[in-house]
Amino acid sequence: MAGITLKGLKKSYGTAHVIKGVDIEIEDGEFVVFVGPSGCGKSTLLRMIAGLEDISAGELSIGGKVVNDLPPKDRGVAMVFQSYAIFPHMSVRENVAFGLTIAGTSKAEKAEKVAEAARILQMEHLLDRRPSQLSGGQRQRVAIGRAIVRNPQVFLFDEPLSNLDAALRMDMRLEIGKLHQQLGATMIYVTHDQVEAMTLADKIVVLKDGMVQQIGSPMELYHNPANLFVAGFLGSPAMNFLDVDVTAVNGSKVLVSNAALKPVEITAKVGGFSAGGKAKLGIRPQYLTPVDSGGMLQGRIALTERLGSETVVDLTLGDGTRLIAALARDAVFPIGANLGLTFDPAQAHIFPV
Amino acid sequence: MAQISQDNRGLRLVVRYTVLCLIAAIFSFPLIFMVISSLKPSQQLLADAHSFRALLPVGDISLNNYFDAFKRAPVALFVFNSVLVTGVTVIASLAVCSAAAFAFAFVKWKGRDLALTVILATLIVPFETIAIPLLLEASKLPWIGLDGITWGWLNSYRVQIVPFIADGLTIYLFVQYFKDLPGELIEAARVEGASWFAIYRRVVMPLSGPVLATAAILKFLVMYNQYLWPIMVTQEEQYRPVMVGLQYFFQLNRAWGEIMAYLSLITVPVLAFYLYLQKAFIASIASTGVKG
Repeated sequence: MAGITLKGLKKSYGTAHVIKGVDIEIEDGEFVVFVGPSGCGKSTLLRMIAGLEDISAGELSIGGKVVNDLPPKDRGVAMVFQSYAIFPHMSVRENVAFGLTIAGTSKAEKAEKVAEAARILQMEHLLDRRPSQLSGGQRQRVAIGRAIVRNPQVFLFDEPLSNLDAALRMDMRLEIGKLHQQLGATMIYVTHDQVEAMTLADKIVVLKDGMVQQIGSPMELYHNPANLFVAGFLGSPAMNFLDVDVTAVNGSKVLVSNAALKPVEITAKVGGFSAGGKAKLGIRPQYLTPVDSGGMLQGRIALTERLGSETVVDLTLGDGTRLIAALARDAVFPIGANLGLTFDPAQAHIFPV
Repeated sequence: MAQISQDNRGLRLVVRYTVLCLIAAIFSFPLIFMVISSLKPSQQLLADAHSFRALLPVGDISLNNYFDAFKRAPVALFVFNSVLVTGVTVIASLAVCSAAAFAFAFVKWKGRDLALTVILATLIVPFETIAIPLLLEASKLPWIGLDGITWGWLNSYRVQIVPFIADGLTIYLFVQYFKDLPGELIEAARVEGASWFAIYRRVVMPLSGPVLATAAILKFLVMYNQYLWPIMVTQEEQYRPVMVGLQYFFQLNRAWGEIMAYLSLITVPVLAFYLYLQKAFIASIASTGVKG
């Protein structure tokens, strides 16, 4: 098992800078999720750790050893690919044992390790099948089996569930979480799915345009996003942002209001506000509550979606801003009606513009 | 409506099969003519050539032409030479060109693209233009054999084999095929600890059946039909291949029956080889769009 350190890691293709200096410290046995929109560089970063992409600048250490120039096979990592990448001409058994065969492991040891991996992944009955005879979920198990059988220091997952249907994705997500508990290995997992990130990670790394936006535990990121991007990226439905005027600043207390919002005092976690300036007020849809009369915000209901567990209400505020509210599970609101909403200022976030 | 579409489908089938039969007839006509003619005496063969009888085994039918062909030329030796030279070249070519293509398709190295461009550029150089310089070189090359070091490769099997092992077309075929293989398979094998050679042997080659068949057939046809180069480099009958052997039948009294018998005999290995690889060959053409 091993921790991983990324120090000022950069990757460029000619003049295109894809990774622009990334510093991450990953503890031994930690489950870290790289999350971000398409093209943010998360897969490139993972491939750099795997040794499949050269490192343009910076230093990468695995288990305290700098591995910048080591080939993938000498880094002690195993990787599960988005397309599974199982060898179509080999049986499941041969696929799982591939790394051991290459390493010249004895037949008996190979059989024992393959059987153990198959037991952990509950695929003993699939061992003699060909990949073409397997479903997507089964192929994913084979790919994971091939990774665990070598007992690597680090597991790398590159969007492993994105080709599966929703139900299977949830099952496999739980299984990967369970696997981490069982093996206790360091795991790095790349996804653009925030649910996967929130449920699996000990630590989430949010990336955008090749730069780290924030690193922290899922709840830390959810409750204390460092910037607008992180605030908007995590959480479903996404956080509402209102353009507000700063009317007074007193230390970290910022008084804001706008045409649709009554004056409210917010505790800012970052600086950079001045009276008379502009700011963005972020309120998660789940923290809005309907009120019978008055309320801090007033809007006209444009759409309601009743999901059973909650009702998502789409409102248009007086100044034309859209606002999403996720309300109690069986709330019924007529479209076109006016609705007053309130929120706890302690749960709101304010960001300088 | 249903009736009309049913009729249409029937008509379309009839047209399709008629066209296919016609094409099949056009392609098989020379083969049938050759085999039938090889069974007839020369005079009857020439007399029948102007009618449909040319395609029918009628008249004085016998295997005499075959016996005479064997008397006139060492047919077995020529066939052996051709099969040996062709077989060794095909196998060596598949090994060398696929390995070269692997390096071009998967391994990053300085000058790779330039080297591939140069190799592809050789496709536009006709063999005839390099035949003489190649002959001059071959006549001076050293060889370490049972007799120690000897100079000059003329009158040998190796002079017919070595220059044809690596060629631009075969490398190009492999490179194109390899580039279409999913890159993640190669990356997965690398992460699993496989060396480049292990990836080539255990992952890439087992998945290359169709392109191996295509490259083998194309190389086989080129090698089996060699005429100009063997004439230039072999003065001794001992090393000559079948196409050069054809000369024996055009000297002195020309016997068309024997020529047809000889041609029938030397066509057998080609047909056998083609039929053996036919399925893979068609699969390859369908998947790569490469025409044979």
